[in-house]
Amino acid sequence: MTKAINLTLKVWRQQGPDLKGRLETYDAKNISTDMSFLEMIDVVNEKITLEGKEPIAFDNDCREGICGMCGAVINGRAHGPEKGTTLCQLHMRQFSDNDIIVIEPWRAKAFKVIKDLVVDRSALDKIIQAGGYISVNTGGAQDANSILVPQETAELAMDAAACIGCGACVAACPNASAMLFTSAKISQLALLPQGKPEAARRAIAMTRVMDKLGFGNCTNERECEAECPKEISITNIARMNREYLKASFISTVQ
Amino acid sequence: MYWLTKTFTTSIGKKILMALTGLSFCGFLTVHLIGNLTLYGGQDLFNAYVEHLHSLGPVITLFEWGLLLLAIIHILTGSILFFQNLISRPVRYKVNKNAGGRTLGSATMPYTGFILMLFIIFHLFDFHFVDHTNQTVYQIVSNSLSQIGLATIYLVAVIIAAVHISHGFWSLFQTLGANHPKYMPTIKNIGILFSLIIGIGFGFIPIFIAFIV
Ligand code: HEM
Ligand code: SF4
Ligand code: FES
Repeated sequence: MTKAINLTLKVWRQQGPDLKGRLETYDAKNISTDMSFLEMIDVVNEKITLEGKEPIAFDNDCREGICGMCGAVINGRAHGPEKGTTLCQLHMRQFSDNDIIVIEPWRAKAFKVIKDLVVDRSALDKIIQAGGYISVNTGGAQDANSILVPQETAELAMDAAACIGCGACVAACPNASAMLFTSAKISQLALLPQGKPEAARRAIAMTRVMDKLGFGNCTNERECEAECPKEISITNIARMNREYLKASFISTVQ
Repeated sequence: MYWLTKTFTTSIGKKILMALTGLSFCGFLTVHLIGNLTLYGGQDLFNAYVEHLHSLGPVITLFEWGLLLLAIIHILTGSILFFQNLISRPVRYKVNKNAGGRTLGSATMPYTGFILMLFIIFHLFDFHFVDHTNQTVYQIVSNSLSQIGLATIYLVAVIIAAVHISHGFWSLFQTLGANHPKYMPTIKNIGILFSLIIGIGFGFIPIFIAFIV
């Protein structure tokens, strides 16, 4: 049943990348529990704007949990307390009247705050650029089913491909490691025939670039898997480790 | 050789070093525990075991240097991982909450590891680098462990080792790529069982010497 609740928000406000930020307190009054978290911020922003102040900056696009643009740390939890949901799909019915909600941006050396809750996640793009693709020289299209892929393998690849690149795994990892993201991208390609020819080069290049960008080292804490809105499994990280070992010891890639 | 250093200096490479050295330590602890169980058989049995061990001569020396090398790799790599991970999040969260992935063992790896290093140094100076001419190894052990203070140090250190291994064991398999829905639950259970065996097996020795003998 729809209810209206009153909340106190403590939101990270920061004017620009190299400026000091701090938590500011806002009242969110009369919030319908049917609203999404982002709609709740919209309501608060409208009030802030009418007061002649700068609204809270945050990233978002699809608002249906598929684009990977949204995300913030809500009371210490990436994308909020609900499992397997993005922030845009988190509903206010997850909260109670008079709750205090602390909203912080993703924190990692590799993710710089641009403004308020908006962070620069282009580091993830750089990991993709290092090898998260397949090279196809176009020609005549192949017949469907000319390369057979077992259903189970296709499912595993699809599960890995569900990653929307939101960065919550980095935000939730105690070491700010990007292993879950990178392993999902490596897995989705390594599992399928089209990804195999470049698998060795990809595994090594993506790992090295990931390190260079300042992400931490995975220590198998499993916080990423618990927070990922697409519930990407750490079995992908094990697969990435295998791909790395294979590439290092039985391929010619240096 | 260039490719080999490159292989072991990436984040995954360093983790593989931790996993291989950690696995070796698990093997060492198993052998060490089996040997130490002779303590429960009394003075003669234990001294006979020590005698036998020392009669292996150069083999033992080889193993000692090997263990030292593994320890140096494990501790240096662990320290590098710790400091790199520390600086990978320069601005910390105001509110921290676990989502259910972390365990006591996983969250404390560098700290339990550091205490273990201190303990191992102490342990070597307590038992290994002492005058062996006028006393048997059993006497060295019982003189030390019959002091409540020292017995407590040993007990606590062993519990800390068990906590370290409770995460380390399954984690090393994950690092080496051996995670599969079919057998990961078994690996996790063996890890818990192994850390309990290490904790209880070694932990009962100081209690036995201090209170029962
Ligand atoms: C001597 C001092 C020691 C230090 C400073 C130390 C430190 C560490 C550190 C920092 C890690 C990395 C944790 C992680 O990546 O999550 C680690 C992992 C590990 N340690 Fe130790 N440790 C020590 C002794 C031992 C001993 C005596 C054992 C024996 C069983 C052991 C077994 C392991 C295992 C199995 C791992 C897991 C490797 C992996 O995650 O892939 N460590 N240790
Ligand atoms: S692995 Fe999950 S948490 Fe990480 S970027 Fe992909 S969808 Fe987001
Ligand atoms: S706004 Fe697209 S996933 Fe949330």
